[in-house]
Amino acid sequence: MAVTLTDAAAGRVQAFLKNRGKGVGLRVGVKTTGCSGLAYVLEFVDEIAEGDEVFEQKDVKVIVDAKSLVYIDGTELDYTREGLNEGFKFINPNQKDECGCGESFTV
Amino acid sequence: MALLQIAEPGQSAAPHQHKLAIGIDLGTTNSLVATVQSGEAKTLVDHDGKAMLPSVVHYQENSIVVGQAALDNAINDPSNTLVSVKRFLGKTAQEITASYGQLPYIFDETSGSLKVQTVQGLVSPVQTSSDILGVLKARAIESFGQEEIVGAVITVPAYFDDAQRQSTKDAAQLAGLNVLRLLNEPTAAAVAYGLDSGQEGVIAVYDLGGGTFDISILRLNKGVFEVLSTGGDSSLGGDDFDAILVSHFKEQTGIETLNNKEHRLFINKAKACKEALSSYEKVNVGLQLRDQEFVVTVTRECFANLVSDLVKKTLRACRRAVKDAQIELEEILEVVMVGGSTRMPVVREAVEGFFAKKPLTSIDPDRVVAIGAAIQADVLAGNKPDSDMLLLDVLPLSLGLETMGGLVEKIIPRNTTIPVARAQEFTTFKDGQTAMSLHVLQGERELVDDCRSLAKFSLKGIPPMAAGAAHIRVTFKVDADGLLSVTAMEKSTGVQAEIQVKPSFGLSDDQVASMLKESISNARDDMEQRMLKEQQVEALRVLEALEASLSTGGHLLSQQELIALRAAMTELALKREQASDPDDIKTAIEMVDKASSEFASRRMDESIKKALTGHSIDEV
Repeated sequence: MAVTLTDAAAGRVQAFLKNRGKGVGLRVGVKTTGCSGLAYVLEFVDEIAEGDEVFEQKDVKVIVDAKSLVYIDGTELDYTREGLNEGFKFINPNQKDECGCGESFTV
Repeated sequence: MALLQIAEPGQSAAPHQHKLAIGIDLGTTNSLVATVQSGEAKTLVDHDGKAMLPSVVHYQENSIVVGQAALDNAINDPSNTLVSVKRFLGKTAQEITASYGQLPYIFDETSGSLKVQTVQGLVSPVQTSSDILGVLKARAIESFGQEEIVGAVITVPAYFDDAQRQSTKDAAQLAGLNVLRLLNEPTAAAVAYGLDSGQEGVIAVYDLGGGTFDISILRLNKGVFEVLSTGGDSSLGGDDFDAILVSHFKEQTGIETLNNKEHRLFINKAKACKEALSSYEKVNVGLQLRDQEFVVTVTRECFANLVSDLVKKTLRACRRAVKDAQIELEEILEVVMVGGSTRMPVVREAVEGFFAKKPLTSIDPDRVVAIGAAIQADVLAGNKPDSDMLLLDVLPLSLGLETMGGLVEKIIPRNTTIPVARAQEFTTFKDGQTAMSLHVLQGERELVDDCRSLAKFSLKGIPPMAAGAAHIRVTFKVDADGLLSVTAMEKSTGVQAEIQVKPSFGLSDDQVASMLKESISNARDDMEQRMLKEQQVEALRVLEALEASLSTGGHLLSQQELIALRAAMTELALKREQASDPDDIKTAIEMVDKASSEFASRRMDESIKKALTGHSIDEV
């Protein structure tokens, strides 16, 4: 059971955390919303809650709540640039389909 | 799969609900757009990776080109290439020619506002600014895929007046941008450095751009940035430093006259040399022309000597601004550097020496204003609901209304934080007056003639009443962008009139500064003038009232009494016109009062008698 980061993603997370000045890590999760059922959550974490799983790698703590982990286990998080846009990309083996705009998905 | 950004804890946006807000630095020479992504403010770049968009628009027959491509056309097609259009916002052709001399444009003011003749017809400065904003907006949309831009914060110079701010807002609306707020440029720079959440005190913002120099002294007080003073030079910037290097090259190579192409080469080399000197102590400049190769060596020291006059000029403006702000140099807590030209070590050293403080330079000086705007936009869009940063601005000049005698009654004093609404009651001056003309003014002086007229409108339909009986409530409202609306309402009937102030011509920064200065240096004169005018108005009121009652009750006085009263009135009328000391008029009014007191009591008796005649004592 794990969620991993690419080098690019780890570097960006470190930079963002440093820039923000506080926070222990990055929360990765899902919530039920959007046009296709589920949407990814990507937040800074100030406090680790009960039931959170912590995956530490490349000097970054990735925090996932137990419920979300079912849907995103094995996900690799990447940071890429597409045209003018840049941001984090979920490479999730559980994902079967996503909505047209790519903001929500189904497993 | 869409690309995601990291959100604050508990604030992950639901799909399709991202609140994207942008900050735009709409500059005279260059413009930028920035936004906050994953908690970090950054400027957005175009396809070539460039953040700066030259504020130049080239109008061609079938297309509009903005940016570098347009700038490249400036030489070939000057009359259709609008450069530094920001300087035209809210101005008349006359004002522009007076400030900047002959420009390659054909101005047209037949529609009442300034337009420039191009192959695409008449184009207003607002339209041109909107074309620039449109390109930046498109860049932002492209960077964020489908996310919707909820709004933008656009920066303006601190000295921009209502007309110039309104023009900027109009341009944004024309470009389809929802303006969350107009923000003063120095304030934006201070926000970018996080000074708004820091220690309260005085901050100096030194902004040396491509073609303009601005110095602003701000005071941070309870989360509010108050502009204490502004100064600068609207035609001093990096280009002048280049020009000095060009003449140095000419001297060193012995070439006295250059053709256009050679001149361009010299300017480009000068620019490159200037920029290289920011990183190196010594630069060798190779100039190939006329089948010859020249090498000119420029050291930092040599460059510093060449440009020392320019640098001193900026410091003189700094000294003036500090003086205008009525503060001591030691009170300044931080100095913020803005504008690409502040990268020059010679400038940094001079500023550090002048303020005896190391200036803040860690944020790219070209981008710092856009970044501050983006941070503010992020807060205003509601992306940080718990944020304690609510930035407020203040009015640069007082707003008021003309009252009888050409006096100005200030409704909202200068440096009041905005948004603000203030109301005051006024009344009628004459019996049976059914209309009131309202004249809205901006400035610090006591007399209408010395202030700037913003708008005039009238309130009609006041029911006829005795002078002073009507209650007219006048409300001044200034929104968060510093734009004014004025409402007048007669309270008994509820009739009202309203005006939005969109003044037709602007004030330059120098004018605002000199208006403030005059108000201080003329404070005593103004007060005396005001007292004189007040007495003149009072004298007129007394004379008119007496005249009215004499016409109906003149028979109550004997011939002799009438002559005595008339003599006092004539004396008062004379004093009213000629006296320069308000006390003289006051004395004359008192004389008239005395002379007319008998008349007044007789009139009183008569009207009581009239009222009581035929009534029994029980009825009274």
